[in-house]
Amino acid sequence: MTGSEYNKPLPFNDPLTRPYWDHAKTHQLAIQICNECTDKHFPPSPVCPKCLSEKQSWTVVSGNGFLLTWGRFHRAYWDGFKSSLPYDVCVVRLEEGPLVVSNFLGTTPVGLFTGMPLRAVFEDVTTDISLVRFVKY
Amino acid sequence: MSMNALKKKIAVVGVGTTEYGNFPDQSDYSLAAQAFKNALDDCGLEKNQIDGMVCCRIPYYVRMGSILGINPKWTVQLPPHGRMSGMSIIEAMMALECGAATHVALLYANIGRSRRVNYGGDENLGFWDPWGMTSPGAAHALMFRLHMERFGTTTRQLAEVSVAFRKNAMLNPSAVMKKPISIDEHEEARRIVEPLGLLDYCLINDGAVCIILTTADRAKDLKKPPVLISGVGSQEAFTDSSISNFSQNFWFDELQSVSKEVFEMAEVQHSDVDLFLPYDNFSPTVLFSLEGMGFCAQGESGSYVENGTLAYDGRLPTNTDGGHLSNSYMQGWGLNVEAVRQIRGECGARQISNCRVAQYVSATPCCRSIIYTRD
Repeated sequence: MTGSEYNKPLPFNDPLTRPYWDHAKTHQLAIQICNECTDKHFPPSPVCPKCLSEKQSWTVVSGNGFLLTWGRFHRAYWDGFKSSLPYDVCVVRLEEGPLVVSNFLGTTPVGLFTGMPLRAVFEDVTTDISLVRFVKY
Repeated sequence: MSMNALKKKIAVVGVGTTEYGNFPDQSDYSLAAQAFKNALDDCGLEKNQIDGMVCCRIPYYVRMGSILGINPKWTVQLPPHGRMSGMSIIEAMMALECGAATHVALLYANIGRSRRVNYGGDENLGFWDPWGMTSPGAAHALMFRLHMERFGTTTRQLAEVSVAFRKNAMLNPSAVMKKPISIDEHEEARRIVEPLGLLDYCLINDGAVCIILTTADRAKDLKKPPVLISGVGSQEAFTDSSISNFSQNFWFDELQSVSKEVFEMAEVQHSDVDLFLPYDNFSPTVLFSLEGMGFCAQGESGSYVENGTLAYDGRLPTNTDGGHLSNSYMQGWGLNVEAVRQIRGECGARQISNCRVAQYVSATPCCRSIIYTRD
């Protein structure tokens, strides 16, 4: 699929989150880590929310996590999602701690429950953007 | 010194509201001006006695003051978030206590219905947009699913909230929605973001509210008996806000802290609360508020609300005006007005008997509670 055909929202240009999207393009899930206190957090912050250090890096995580909660959209807030209705959104707690919002890849697994083990996979939605999705572990 | 020093020092003396509906020919300024006039009439103050102004969801405070022809000494503009109603009232209390102003008019207007505001999508850019995650309603759907998973709460229990508030709204002539609904109709209503459906979502309508506060000693000379602010409690939850409007523990810890503060300051017990007024942007928020304020244990709100607990004639009369779900989307402002009108005994068919203590609460990233008393 080319960028001109993909009509769902794309990441907005933000230097703070660019490393995340660069990692995603190589199918790696990355979160921010503080060089001083090693706190891991996501989405990224200009300073460490624990110790306020500006010295921060990105670390690639395992991609393993647990389903916290989920919801099924029956309304499209963007025209690009109309053809996908209904679609599911999930909140995953990574084993490293932070929460990420994502979708299931393909068909939603049956028997969802809070705590269900999941693992990250990537889908190339445009030539530049890859989105993390989750599948049953 | 703590906020306890403000116990019963500040009073609500005037409240004013507009009609609620779809008003494409009105501006937010014109609606706010109507509410302001109604609030002045309610308390008998002249507009030039207003020396403090709070504007919420009104675009520009200077234009507002210019339209009303007033030059306050103290002005605050707050963003158009529902949580700002309780925050505004508490800010105004502090301004009055320290003498920055003597009579504060708090103004709120909303024209989201006629201007077709969606509360999602491109109106607010968010990091999670590419995955289709947007809107406060979706965040509440995710929280309610988690509540179902953790505590076994059901959508039929959640329906009790919407059904009770609709029953209340049917006795409120100003309410936008007055058609009765049943638990089955709640279950069958169009899904928006599962597990929530249409009847779990607040209305979006136009309207405005004005609340006038002054000190308790000044309040004695005004038209109607003052309604006293006996307790307030505050706690933010910013560090648990990586997903907008979502809390992985339903703001429970923050609400518990607010509950302790507000009940201790007001020196009342849960059993003294005649009227409960939780911010009901979405029906699950009411359950989170009941648990956080300690009306039931965490996880037990589903069974607590069964069998009409929250209706005007139930065990805990709640949002007797119909709330955001059935009366009007005035983002907490309407609920604070209802506290005043019920304590004054002005509520007609929906009046609860001998209402002396009313409690407002907002379960949001900025948790607030206010306890109003007759004396």
